[in-house]
Amino acid sequence: METLVSTQPVSDFAPWNNPGEVPLVHFDGVTKKFGDFTAIENLSLNIYEREFFALLGPSGCGKTTMMRMLAGFEHPTKGNILLGQGNLQEAPPHKRPVNMMFQSYALFPHMNVEQNIGFGLKQDKTPKAEIKRRVEEMLSLVQLEPFAKRKPHQLSGGQKQRVALARSLAKKPKLLLLDEPLGALDRKLREQTQFELMNIQEQLGLTFVIVTHDQEEAMTVASRIAVMDHGKIVQVATPAEIYEYPNSRYSADFLGDVNIIEGRTDISTGETASLYWSDEEAPLTVSTSLRLPAQTTAWLAVRPEKLRISKDKPPTSDNCIQGKVWDIGYTGNISTYHVKVSNGSILKAQVSNQERLADRPITWEDTVFVHWDKGAGVFLET
Amino acid sequence: MALADITTPSQETEQASVQGSGWRRSLLIAVPYIWLLVFFLAPFVIVLKISLSDVVLARPPYFPTFDISEGWQGFVAMFQAFDLENYVWLTEDTLYLKSYLSSLKIAFISTMIALVLGYPIAYALAKAPKEWRSTLLMLVILPFWTSFLIRVYAWIGILKKEGVLNYVLLWSGIIDEPLTILNTDAAIYIGIVYSYLPFMILPLYAVLEKLDYSLLEAATDLGCSPFKAFWVITLPLSVSGIWAGCFLVFIPAVGEFVIPDILGGSSTIMIGKTLWVEFFSNRDWPVASAVAILLLIMLIMPIILFQKQQEKQAEASQ
Repeated sequence: METLVSTQPVSDFAPWNNPGEVPLVHFDGVTKKFGDFTAIENLSLNIYEREFFALLGPSGCGKTTMMRMLAGFEHPTKGNILLGQGNLQEAPPHKRPVNMMFQSYALFPHMNVEQNIGFGLKQDKTPKAEIKRRVEEMLSLVQLEPFAKRKPHQLSGGQKQRVALARSLAKKPKLLLLDEPLGALDRKLREQTQFELMNIQEQLGLTFVIVTHDQEEAMTVASRIAVMDHGKIVQVATPAEIYEYPNSRYSADFLGDVNIIEGRTDISTGETASLYWSDEEAPLTVSTSLRLPAQTTAWLAVRPEKLRISKDKPPTSDNCIQGKVWDIGYTGNISTYHVKVSNGSILKAQVSNQERLADRPITWEDTVFVHWDKGAGVFLET
Repeated sequence: MALADITTPSQETEQASVQGSGWRRSLLIAVPYIWLLVFFLAPFVIVLKISLSDVVLARPPYFPTFDISEGWQGFVAMFQAFDLENYVWLTEDTLYLKSYLSSLKIAFISTMIALVLGYPIAYALAKAPKEWRSTLLMLVILPFWTSFLIRVYAWIGILKKEGVLNYVLLWSGIIDEPLTILNTDAAIYIGIVYSYLPFMILPLYAVLEKLDYSLLEAATDLGCSPFKAFWVITLPLSVSGIWAGCFLVFIPAVGEFVIPDILGGSSTIMIGKTLWVEFFSNRDWPVASAVAILLLIMLIMPIILFQKQQEKQAEASQ
């Protein structure tokens, strides 16, 4: 909203790079099974104070299970979860300094907005005057002062979402869990609320853990993202790191759009590698520190916006492939050219539309050259 | 919001089509109205008329009677013969007041017992695994497959001095001599609670089953112990079910005749029994009718309250 505070540069804040830093939350070899089904498999993870940490993955990847274990609604089958210095295992949900914002909001329908927000404080036997003060503080934080006396069914979806947020923040928990907090909002409101969430987190100096399947949301709000798949963490890093340096095809594919080219390697030097992707064409060159034995199957992941496309063969380029324009995806600000190359696979190249539509030279069935630098892509062994 | 916007136009067209064939809608509404008119309002007027008449040794045992052959004159004469004598009589003999009060007391206590027993059962049903629920619900309804009368008679066999209950208690050594339960108030309470318990369980189950479990998780997450969460979340949110269940037990229990007659003793007076005695033993139809009319008025009050409560609930859930 209007109170958009400028966000601190992310690089200033990186406790995960400091080996002396004690994590706020420490998952230590946690396994969770539901009957025969393994939801979380031997997972270790650190989350630091003041982080906005995102658990990202498709439904069924175990991200919600991790959150519910933090809240105390589920218990690890094996392993420990530490919060600060204390072991969380012993504490029942109502005795943890952890609050959760539910995906369904779970607002108490028989209480008004004020009573909902004050509920947690009331349970702690906080003095009445203090509850009143804190509730007012929360109401102004989420800009809902005029709605204090309304019941949940008299609120819009966005307002409910704010009440749920205010309620979970009222006790100033050490750790706030957000389970798909914006899933029920429409796109515009969701984008606006993402920034609000970040501001609130910064203003209050709390640690947030968010569960989401929306990669854009995770990239916008989070200081770090854990990409999850089938109960395992694939990669934990900052959004930029995951986007630019994914460690696997899975995380490359999960965050953003990507071209993945399969091939065989020759002996890599530790600086660059060659990828033989087609019998007829020249190998592709990639900058990489990976050393793989020759003839191993490997992949090159390169983002569509890093590919350039032209009708004439570029004079110098590390990698250049000839193809035919198969399809053009026009989304206004950018156009995505789907180029069919000699082995039949499709490469996507994104071009931002700086000129008006009619002036653009490349169209369907044109023979084009797709080219990129050796540093544009990432060399992957899994 | 968006959903409401989408549904509105279709509702409008639906309404238009219904209004287009207005007579069909009237016909549909007329059916229950005619039913109530024939089977409720007409008998009610007849009973009201008898309650204003005088008892006579005749057939039928009251006067005046309505004779259509005397025309308008006869109609006026009949009205002139009406009086409130029977109602005055009801206030003069304390038996009737005692019967009414005793009925209210028994119905109230039975309702409370049914609530205390029914709530945990409904809660357990609502919390049972999904695949079990319909079976368990079936078990609650199953007794209705046997005649009500037979089930009440069966309690004689259980409660009498040499009945099943006493046999088991004596055999297990809990008691030394048989308990007298049959023909006491306790037997009436057992009978009423047993018979009307499903009416308590079903509405409670309906609300508890719909209760959003994440509300309880949210409450415990905010520092509320699970025990307290029941009192501050589950109970307030099941109030509509509690009201519905209580009314469904209370209303028929007030007018209950069969259970006190079969299981109760001679010292227990309930209005249903008093009415029966008045009608069949005393053959005083006018007084019996007056008792019935007063009973009806007494029962209409909680029914109106019940309706109000339901309306409020419907408004709140919108």
